Amino acid sequence: MSIIWDNYESEKHFDELITEKGKAREPSRKLVKHIGQMEVDELDKRRQMAEATIQEMGISFTVYTEEGNIDRAWPFDIIPRTILSRQWKTTADGLQQRLKALNMFINDLYHDQQIIKDGIIPEHIISKSKNFRPECVGVTPAHGVWANICGTDLVRDADGKFYVLEDNLRVPSGVSYMLENRAITKRVLPEMFEKENILPVDDYTSQLFDMLASLSPRDVEDPEIVVMTPGIFNSAYFEHAFLAQQMGVELVEGDDLFVGDDDCVYMKTISGPERVDFIYRRIDDEFLDPEAFNKESVLGVPGLMRAWKAGNVALANAPGAGVADDKVVYAYVPQIIEYYLNEKPILPNVETFLCEYEDQREYVLANLDKLVVKPANESGGYGMLVGPHSTKKDQAKFAELIKDNPRNYIAQPTLSLSTAPTLISSGNLEPRHLDLRPFILQGKETYVTTGGLTRVAMKKGSLVVNSSQGGGSKDTWIVDTEVK
Amino acid sequence: MLSRVAERIYWGSRYLERVESTARLVSVYDNLLFDLPRDTNISWYNLIIINSSTESFNERYKVHDERNVVKFLLADDSNSSSMLSSLKQVKENIRTTRDVVPQDTWELINELDLYARNHIRQGINRTNRHQFLNTIIKHCQEINGLFESAMSRDATWQFMMLGRNLERADMTTRILDAGASIMLQPNEGTRINLGQVVWGNVLRSLSAYMNYRRSIRTAVQSSKVARFLIEDPHFPRTIAFCLDEIETAIHKLPRSHNSLASLNALKQLKYPLENGSPLNEEFRDYLNDLQIKVSELHNDFSENWFSFTSGNEENSETAKSDKPKLQIACEA
Repeated sequence: MSIIWDNYESEKHFDELITEKGKAREPSRKLVKHIGQMEVDELDKRRQMAEATIQEMGISFTVYTEEGNIDRAWPFDIIPRTILSRQWKTTADGLQQRLKALNMFINDLYHDQQIIKDGIIPEHIISKSKNFRPECVGVTPAHGVWANICGTDLVRDADGKFYVLEDNLRVPSGVSYMLENRAITKRVLPEMFEKENILPVDDYTSQLFDMLASLSPRDVEDPEIVVMTPGIFNSAYFEHAFLAQQMGVELVEGDDLFVGDDDCVYMKTISGPERVDFIYRRIDDEFLDPEAFNKESVLGVPGLMRAWKAGNVALANAPGAGVADDKVVYAYVPQIIEYYLNEKPILPNVETFLCEYEDQREYVLANLDKLVVKPANESGGYGMLVGPHSTKKDQAKFAELIKDNPRNYIAQPTLSLSTAPTLISSGNLEPRHLDLRPFILQGKETYVTTGGLTRVAMKKGSLVVNSSQGGGSKDTWIVDTEVK
Repeated sequence: MLSRVAERIYWGSRYLERVESTARLVSVYDNLLFDLPRDTNISWYNLIIINSSTESFNERYKVHDERNVVKFLLADDSNSSSMLSSLKQVKENIRTTRDVVPQDTWELINELDLYARNHIRQGINRTNRHQFLNTIIKHCQEINGLFESAMSRDATWQFMMLGRNLERADMTTRILDAGASIMLQPNEGTRINLGQVVWGNVLRSLSAYMNYRRSIRTAVQSSKVARFLIEDPHFPRTIAFCLDEIETAIHKLPRSHNSLASLNALKQLKYPLENGSPLNEEFRDYLNDLQIKVSELHNDFSENWFSFTSGNEENSETAKSDKPKLQIACEA
């Protein structure tokens, strides 16, 4: 240990790199030592190098402001977060198990709804869900898989165990930043990649391409795959362009596509219309097809749902997959896993109170100052109440909201999110809270990224990691210490 | 290649050319008016006339003086063809097509845009105008140089060539018209050889003075200058040269027969300059016809490759999209 580590202390929280006794953990031993040997100047230099690399590579995300949209440089911390590969393997198994069960659940909901008939899940989960799409009933996507791409948020509690916080089955984002974080870190801490056995992450885009190609509805050697973006003004446009470029496919907007009289989807090219087989859409269900959903949408393609239901084009994720991306469904995932797979869940859920049940609601209302209350259908950290950080007025407002629409709210205990050392200013490492979003692919086979995107709440004590709300990120290392 | 990407590249290239030619045009007028005695009946307002912008200019300004004209041409947001507006369009079009142009393009365009916006006062006031406009022109040449040396000659390149040369051909007709119109205004009794000054500056505005002298080997004469700028096959800003470049690019693109037909119609349009016909109103009508044909050629490009109103023959039914297009760059 050295000066830079001497003052480092993460009180009461599980720290990813340093134990409560102030020692490095098994996967971070070489990293902690390496950083400890650096002069403060050297560490500053590395940080500047990271900033320059981000500028050079043009890694940005878009923030909406009143003066228009601003491209912000990606906020990045150079100290990686480490996870032991042994532990990661179990976590990855748990993630695959979870996605398999969720896909069986979605497929069941749009067919026989056996799980409801068997009384495992209450009927109103469908009848009151904002994301259940009656238009999708009876459709079976390839292999019965509705969510081909899933981003699951994991957190570590004080006990050091991973818990699932939520599953993002609609249009999960962030994977490009996971890949770019590694690219930056390779430039910033190159020595570490010789010293330590850090597992690579960069096969994601080829895995994604292979999966999409294998699900093409048309049996052709070279199926036409496209990435569909809402356009340059979307906050994740950088990622859409990145993925299209990395897979070598076209990045299209709704306006580039049309559905022909034959119910097939065509792309407008300078050579004329070209048939499209697979659309990796990064646009919400509601905006996909103005004929089927939001009539006002100018982002979508009229007739797209028709083409999809006719089996002439595949969409990932399938429309309607979001029905399982609901915080009420989340509470039932352990039962869902047991019901469909007849297995015990490998990854635990965070304890969740459903406000629709009177006893649970009473508990929530009585403990608003201790709990985190979330609306069932929002993402991006919006519309939440974080009890311990809230005022009496906030709590009163949420009490009303819950009483008005109990089905729309869930509550969870405030987790003691794990921390990791983050370079806050020159030579000053402080603990900051973080989470982890691995990405899971399911086609015929399943695949989990090696680690995932680690998001950091850059503000001291804050638990909000979303980049739209001041979050940053760091590289995630799955370290294999058993290899000689 | 996606039609939308093709269209944005085409417009990006047109607007970049427009930035440069607007800078050249103002620069040359600056020089020209320095050379002329005060009693000459030549005004800055001519620039508004040759750019077919009288209506939008008069909506905005009452006085037809240098300051307003230069402001309108360089800086005005309400003029969709002003230099700053054109630059904005270059940015918007390249922003979404960064993947198909060389990596440094975006940075160079940003630099140019920042420079132009931060120093626009220098362009409007006379003292530093020359330096300002020169810097703009240099930046444009730098970007074109990057394209020239770093781009694959694929469809993207061909659309870039279509945009650049169509814009150039159009600008050359307008600059010729500027010369012709000045000479047709009554200016009896001036003490200088007005023709020499005006046509010399027309050539300079297209960087063509030396080339003209080398290839024509006579003094600057109105009809010879016009003939050079219209018919010379070697100099890159003559109409003949631009049309040849367009033809080459069209040949390398799919479904080219429509555009080739319009191009041939454009090439047929001739004015008997070899017989020494005067550069009178008839000549100006001819230039006007050329401009109309150029814009028809643009419409063909648009129909053929961008707007998707005509697909390839066997699919022409399904290819019809009745949705109005949301374009970033649609203003000619």
